[in-house]
Amino acid sequence: MGTIASTPAAAEGAEDGWNPVCAFVALPVERGVTALAQGTAVALFRTYDDQVYALGNHDPLTRTGVLAKGIVGTRGGVPFVASPVHRKAFDLRTGRCLDDPHVSVPSYPVRIVDGTVYVGPRLTFRGP
Amino acid sequence: MTETSTRKRLVVVGGGMVAHRLVEAVADRDTAGEWHVDVFAEESRAPYDRVALTSFFSGRDPEDLLLGDGSLWRREGVRLHTNAPVKAVDTAARQVHARGRVYDYDALVLATGSSAFVPPVEGSDLPGSFVYRTVDDVTELRAWVTDRGAELDRPVRGAVVGGGLLGLEAAGALQAMGVESTVVEFAPRLMALQVDEGGGEALRRLIEKLGITVRTSTATKRIKAGRNGRVARMDFDGGDRLPVDVVVFATGVRPRDELARAAGLPVGERGGVRVDEACAVPGHDDVYAVGEVACIDGRCWGLVGPGNTMAEVVVDRLLGGGATFPGADTSTKLKLLGVDVASFGDVFAAQAGSLEVVHSDPVNGVYKKLVVSDDAQTLLGGVLVGDASAYASLRPLVGSPLGADPTAWLLPEGVEGPPSTELPDAANVCSCNNVSAGAIRCAVTEQGCTDLPAVKACSRAGTSCGSCLPLVKTLMTSELEKAGVEVSDALCEHFAVSRAQLFDIVRVTGLRTFSEIIAAHGTGRGCDICRPVVASILSSLGTGHVLDADQARLQDTNDHVMANLQKDGTYSVVPRIPGGEITPEGLLVIGQVAQDFGLYTKITGGQRIDLFGARMEQLPAIWKRLVDAGFESGQAYGKAVRTVKSCVGSTWCRYGVQDSVGLAIALELRYRGLRAPHKIKLGVSGCARECAEARSKDVGVIATENGWNLYVGGNGGFTPRHAQLFAEDLDTETLVRTIDRFLMYYVRTADRLQRTAPWVEQVGMDEVRRVVLDDSLGIAADLDAAMAAHVDSYEDEWAATLDDPEKLAHFVSFVNEPDTADPSLAYVTERGQRRPATADERREGVLVAGPTLEVRS
Repeated sequence: MGTIASTPAAAEGAEDGWNPVCAFVALPVERGVTALAQGTAVALFRTYDDQVYALGNHDPLTRTGVLAKGIVGTRGGVPFVASPVHRKAFDLRTGRCLDDPHVSVPSYPVRIVDGTVYVGPRLTFRGP
Repeated sequence: MTETSTRKRLVVVGGGMVAHRLVEAVADRDTAGEWHVDVFAEESRAPYDRVALTSFFSGRDPEDLLLGDGSLWRREGVRLHTNAPVKAVDTAARQVHARGRVYDYDALVLATGSSAFVPPVEGSDLPGSFVYRTVDDVTELRAWVTDRGAELDRPVRGAVVGGGLLGLEAAGALQAMGVESTVVEFAPRLMALQVDEGGGEALRRLIEKLGITVRTSTATKRIKAGRNGRVARMDFDGGDRLPVDVVVFATGVRPRDELARAAGLPVGERGGVRVDEACAVPGHDDVYAVGEVACIDGRCWGLVGPGNTMAEVVVDRLLGGGATFPGADTSTKLKLLGVDVASFGDVFAAQAGSLEVVHSDPVNGVYKKLVVSDDAQTLLGGVLVGDASAYASLRPLVGSPLGADPTAWLLPEGVEGPPSTELPDAANVCSCNNVSAGAIRCAVTEQGCTDLPAVKACSRAGTSCGSCLPLVKTLMTSELEKAGVEVSDALCEHFAVSRAQLFDIVRVTGLRTFSEIIAAHGTGRGCDICRPVVASILSSLGTGHVLDADQARLQDTNDHVMANLQKDGTYSVVPRIPGGEITPEGLLVIGQVAQDFGLYTKITGGQRIDLFGARMEQLPAIWKRLVDAGFESGQAYGKAVRTVKSCVGSTWCRYGVQDSVGLAIALELRYRGLRAPHKIKLGVSGCARECAEARSKDVGVIATENGWNLYVGGNGGFTPRHAQLFAEDLDTETLVRTIDRFLMYYVRTADRLQRTAPWVEQVGMDEVRRVVLDDSLGIAADLDAAMAAHVDSYEDEWAATLDDPEKLAHFVSFVNEPDTADPSLAYVTERGQRRPATADERREGVLVAGPTLEVRS
C-alpha cells in the first residue's frame, strides 16, 4: 500500500531496490496501468481514496498479462480488481484471489516520494 | 498383486460408457475400499462418449470425447487395460484370460456392448464399405472420404443403409464432409422404431430439404465393385441402381455375447447374456452383465440411460445392497442434421382407447403428436419432429394428468405458452441419469443447493445430455421461492435495485457521475458488475464519450480501449462496414493496415473484417489510418448495436423485392453507437428467401411485395432463438419508427446482459406490441425523442479519441516505457498469418516470433 510521504530525501526511494515508476498524477483514479518494475510487468492501481497498490500483472488463472486492465471496486469493503478475462477478483492489498483461496498473484509495496511512485521488492504474504 | 490381496477382485470386461459408469459408481460408493477393479478394454482408448461420435466430424479430437477427466483411471485400486480384449472366461476357476495372462476374479461384469450388424448383402465387405460404431470406424470413414474426394473431380457420392437414428447421424456426418448422400431404408418410413408415420413423413421432408436423398421401402440387393475393386454401385430390388463411392451400414447392432456363449452362459433368443433383475446371470451369482449385452426379460437395451441404471444396480449388489433393474424409459430427444426429433412413452397409441392429438405443419416442417388416455386427461406418449421444445416439460408427465387441453401443448412456439403444471415428485426429469423431480426438489430443500451448478453436482441431473436443464432450473427456482429464499433482482452488493430501476433513477434524477449515483442510491465503490451497468446507462442517455474521466473508470477493458481483448492480452479491431457494403478502396485500406501492423484478418459473421493481434500502444496508430480513410468504430467491443447484416437485395438479385442493402445501411447509420444492456444485432433480407438470416437477429426485417415485415427477439449463440413476427407490411417510415421505439423500450427496461429474446419473453410479446405499436403506456413520444437525441449526438468514438491527447495518454504498453511491446507475446505463422503461440510451442521455442518481429509498425 502506498502512503504519500512528505519529504525526507527524494533519493531515498531509489535505495534498497525500490524502482521509480511514474508520477503519482499519471495514475488514473480507479483504474490500473501496467509498469515495468522489479524486472517484471506490474499492475499499479490508484483507488478512490488515492491509495496506490501494485500487483503482478500476470493473471495466473488465464495465463495472460491483463490484471491492470480490470475494473477496480470494492467487495465487502475490500478493494479489488476483477481480471478482465474471466472476472476473478483479486485483493489489491494482498494479491489473494477472492474467488479461489488457493490462487494469488505477487504483491509489491508502493511508496510515493515527492510525487513519484516507487515500487519495492515483492512482498511475501502470510495469510489472513 | 500382493498389495491388493486383501481386497476382492472385480473384473469388468469391456471399456464403453456403461463400464465407465460402473467404475465411477464403485469409486464413489466403495468407501471402505472393498473392491479392486480391473477393466479390460478392446479399443486403444479409455471409455469415450459414443453417443457424441458424430461430433468427431465437426472437428473435435477423439480426446474431447473421453468421459471424465481421466482421474478415475489413476485412482488407487482401479486399473484400465486398453488394447486388451478378453480371450476367454472360465467361470468354474473364476478367471479371465487376457494379454496372455490369467486374472482371478471374485466378481465378473460383462459390459461388452454390441457390434455393428452388417446384413449379408453381396459386396458389403468391399473396400469403401463402413460401419458406424467406434472412433476407429469414423476415423477410417473420414480418411476414405477425404482420399476419394481428392481423387475425384466431382463430389463424393455416398449411401447410408438404414434410416434409423444411427443412419441419419451417419448421413449427417457424410453431408458435413460434402458427400452427396442417400439414405436407404427398408421400412416404409425413417426412424421406424421411434416415430409414427406422420412423424416419419415430416422428418423425411426436413431431411430432403437439406439435400439428402431418402429412399424408403427399398431393399439393397448387392453392392458392385468398380474396376479398381472398390464400391461403385448399389443395386436395389426392383432394378434401380445408385452410383456410390462410399457405403455406410447403420442397420442395427448385435450384442457381443460370444465370450458368454463360449463360457456356457445362457443367452437370449435374439442374443445377449440372460440376466435377472439384479443383472446377475442365473446360476452364477458372481457373474453380471450390463448395458447393451445384457438381456433382461428377453430384451436388450440399446440406450446409455438403461445401461447406466444397470451399472448402478450391479454396484449396489456388489456392496451388499438389493437393488433391482426397474425397467427403463426409452424416450429419446435428439438433433439429427439440425432437426429436432423426440419421442416418448406410448408413441404408437397401443393402449386400448387411447386418443391421438396431432398438429402437422408441413410448411414449417413441424409435426407433433400427443397420445392421451380415452378421457383426454392423462398423457401416454408423443412424437415431436421439427420443434421439440416441449419435450423437457412433457416427458416427465407421461402417466400423469396433462392439466390442460392437449392442443395447448402442440401450438407453435411463441403462439401461446404451454400451461404450467406442478410435476409429481416421481416424474423422471433426467432420463440419462434417472433423476426424479423429487430428487431435484430435495437437492434444494434438504441439501441446501441454491444454484444450478450445485443442483447438478448434487443430483447428477442434466450432467449427461443436458436437455433437461431448463426444467431443472424451473424446478429449482420454484423450490427456492417456496422456501422463501428471495430470488433477488438486486444488481450486486452495491445496488439493491435492478438495472431497469437504476436506469429510471438515473434518467429521472439527472445524476451524471458514478460517484453521485452510488452515493445517493448505492453503497461502497462499485464492482465489475455495477460499474459497466452504470457506464452503459450513462451512454444510452447520451452523456458524452465513454472515455470521459468519470466514465472511463466504469468501463470494461473492451470499452476502455475500444477494442476486443483476446486470449493473449492483445486486442482485435473491427471498423464499421454498414450493411456489409464496402468499396474496393476500403478493402485495400483495411488490407494495407493489417499488413503494416502484422494483424491476423478474418471475416466476421456480421459481414465485416476483424483485425487481430493489435497491441494496446498500436491502437491509436491503427485507428488514425482507418479514420483518415473514412472508417469509424464498429463498437464490436461494446454492449451496443453491432451490425445490420444484409443480403444484396433487389439491386442485383433476381429474386429481391426491396433494396435491402440500402435499408440496412440506413438502419446501421441510425443506430450505430447505441449502448444497450447487451449486444444488438440486426438483419435485413430483400425477399422471403431470407439470405441475411434476419430471423436470427434481435431485430430482423424481411422485404415483402408491399413493404417490410418486422421480426424481433432472435439470436444465435448458446441458446438460439428465432425472431417472432412483430408487424407486417410496414412502409419504411413506420418500420424505422417501430424499431426506434422497440430498441429504446428494450434499452430502458431490460436486465443487465439480457438480450431481446428473454426480455420479450419476460415482458410478453403482446405487451411489447401494445407499448410500441399502440402506445399503451403513453411513452412513445418520449422514446422517439430519446432515439432522436441519440441520432443527433452520435460521434465516432475513435475519431474523438484521436483528437484528445488526454484520452490517448493511456494507450501505452507500460506507463514507464510507453513504446516497449509486451515481451511475453509470442507468435507462430499458420496458413500465411500469425497467431498466438501455444504453451507447447513456447516451450519448444521453434518458429516462435516475438511481439514486434516481422512487423512494420
